[in-house]
Amino acid sequence: MFDTALTANDLIFLAKGAGMTLIVTGISVLLGTILGILFGVFRYQVGPWWAAPLTFVLDIFRSIPLLIQLVLANAFVTTVLGFRISGFTVACGVLSLYTSAYCAEIVRGGIESVPTTLRRAARSLGMTWGQDMRSIVLPLATRVALPSWIGLALGVMKDSALVFIVQVVELLKSTQILITRLQEPLFLLMICGLFYFVISFPVARLGGYLERRWSND
Amino acid sequence: MIEIENVRKSFGPLEVLKGINLTVQKGEVLTVIGGSGSGKSTLLTCINGLEPIDSGRILVDGIEVHAKTTDLNKLRRKIGIVFQQWNAFPHLTVVENVMLAQVKVLKRSKAEAEAEAVRQLKHVGLSDKLNVYPSRLSGGQQQRMAIARALAMSPDYMLFDEVTSALDPQLVGEVLDTLRMLASEGMTMICVTHEMKFAREVSDRVAFFDKGVMAEIAPPEELFGAPKDPELRKFLAATH
Ligand SMILES: Nc1ncnc2c1ncn2[C@@H]1O[C@H](COP(=O)(O)OP(=O)(O)O)[C@@H](O)[C@H]1O
Ligand SMILES: [Mg+2]
Repeated sequence: MFDTALTANDLIFLAKGAGMTLIVTGISVLLGTILGILFGVFRYQVGPWWAAPLTFVLDIFRSIPLLIQLVLANAFVTTVLGFRISGFTVACGVLSLYTSAYCAEIVRGGIESVPTTLRRAARSLGMTWGQDMRSIVLPLATRVALPSWIGLALGVMKDSALVFIVQVVELLKSTQILITRLQEPLFLLMICGLFYFVISFPVARLGGYLERRWSND
Repeated sequence: MIEIENVRKSFGPLEVLKGINLTVQKGEVLTVIGGSGSGKSTLLTCINGLEPIDSGRILVDGIEVHAKTTDLNKLRRKIGIVFQQWNAFPHLTVVENVMLAQVKVLKRSKAEAEAEAVRQLKHVGLSDKLNVYPSRLSGGQQQRMAIARALAMSPDYMLFDEVTSALDPQLVGEVLDTLRMLASEGMTMICVTHEMKFAREVSDRVAFFDKGVMAEIAPPEELFGAPKDPELRKFLAATH
C-alpha cells in the first residue's frame, strides 16, 4: 500500500518482542493469580483485623506506579542485596506481586458473593471447609470474579510494557527500537497495536465463552 | 435421641437461649412455635454444631455436639437440616445437588449417589426435574429438593426451620405434605413452623419458645387446647 523499509527480519524482531510480552504476562498472571487466591482466601478467612498487615502491603503494591516499583525493586535486589539476577526475573517478580494485590481483592469479592446460607447448607451436609471451598465457593466465586479477572489479565498485559525499564525487550520496546531506526512511527505503532490485539483477543473472548457456558439456562 | 441440657447462648450482649432443656426421642415429631427472635433457629443451628454454645450441652445419640473431640462433619451426616431460605447450589442440576455430598462426604460412587438421588427426588415428587437447574424451580420445588438432598445422606434426624415461610401460599401445601409423609414414615423430626394446623396434626409434642425460654411443651391437644403460659395464649390468639 505504501513504501516501507520494514523487512521480514524486523517483523520477526517484533514477534519476539510480542513473545516476551506474552511470557512476562503469562508468568505474572499465573503466579499473581495463585498468590492472589492465597492472599484473598486468607484475608476473607481471618477477617479485616488480622489481615490488616497483609492488606497494607498489598495496598502499597496497588498504589505505587508500576514503573517506580520496577526501578526500586531492581535497584534493591541487585545493588543492595547484591544478587546477580536478570531484569526478566525482577520484572516477573514485581509484576506477579502487583497482579496478586489486585487479584486478592477480586478473590475476596468473589468469595463474599457466595451467600452464607449456601455455605451453611454445604457444611450441614457434612462437607468439610475444604470441600465447601472446592465444590461450592470456587465455582460460584469464579463466575462472579471472572470478568474482573479477565480485565486484570488484559491490564497486566498492557502494563507489562513498563518492564523495558529493567532492560527487558518486550513488544513496545521492540517497536520503539524499530521506530528509532526506520523513522516510521505510525506504521510501526499500528503493527504493534495489531500484535497486542492478537494476543489479547483470545483472552477477552474466553471470558465471553465461559460466561455463556455458565449461564445455566 | 437428642438431649439438650441447660443450653445457653448469646450473640454479644443479647442472650438468645436462656437455659433450654429438651429431649427428643427417636421417632418423635416435635414442632417448635414461637414469636420471631425467640431463638428457634439458633437452637436448630446449635444442634448440628453450626453455632457454638456458651454453656450446657447437647447430645445426639450420646455424642456431645460441642465437645472439642467431636468430629462435627461426621456427626452432621446423622442430622439433616433444611432452612427457611432456599439454598439450592445454583451451579448444579437438581440431581447433582442431591449427589454432591453423597459423593464427597459418604464417598459413594457416582452411580450409587445418582441412584439414591433419583430415588429421593422421586420420593418428594421431583422425578421430572432431575436435570434442570434450580433457577427453573419454584420455591416449593426448591424446598422439596433441599429435603431430598438432606434425606439422601440417610440421616437419623431431620431439622426443619420454617421451611414454608418464604413460600407463596399456594406452594406451602406441597412442602407440608412432604413433611407429613416423612413423619408418617417414622423420621425423628424437629420442625420450627408457623403452620398451627400442621403442628396440631403431625406433632407428638409442641414446644413454645418465648424470648429464649421454652415456656411450654406439651402434646398438641393439650398445648393448643389448654395453653397455660400467658404469652402462649397471646401468641395463639394472635395467630388465629
Ligand atoms: N448470627 C447472629 N448474630 C447476631 N445476632 C443473631 C444472629 N443470629 C440470630 N441473632 C439474633 O438472635 C435472636 C434469635 O434469633 P433466631 O434464633 O433466628 O430467632 P427465631 O428463629 O426464633 O426467629 C434474634 O434477636 C436475632 O436477631
Ligand atoms: Mg428463625
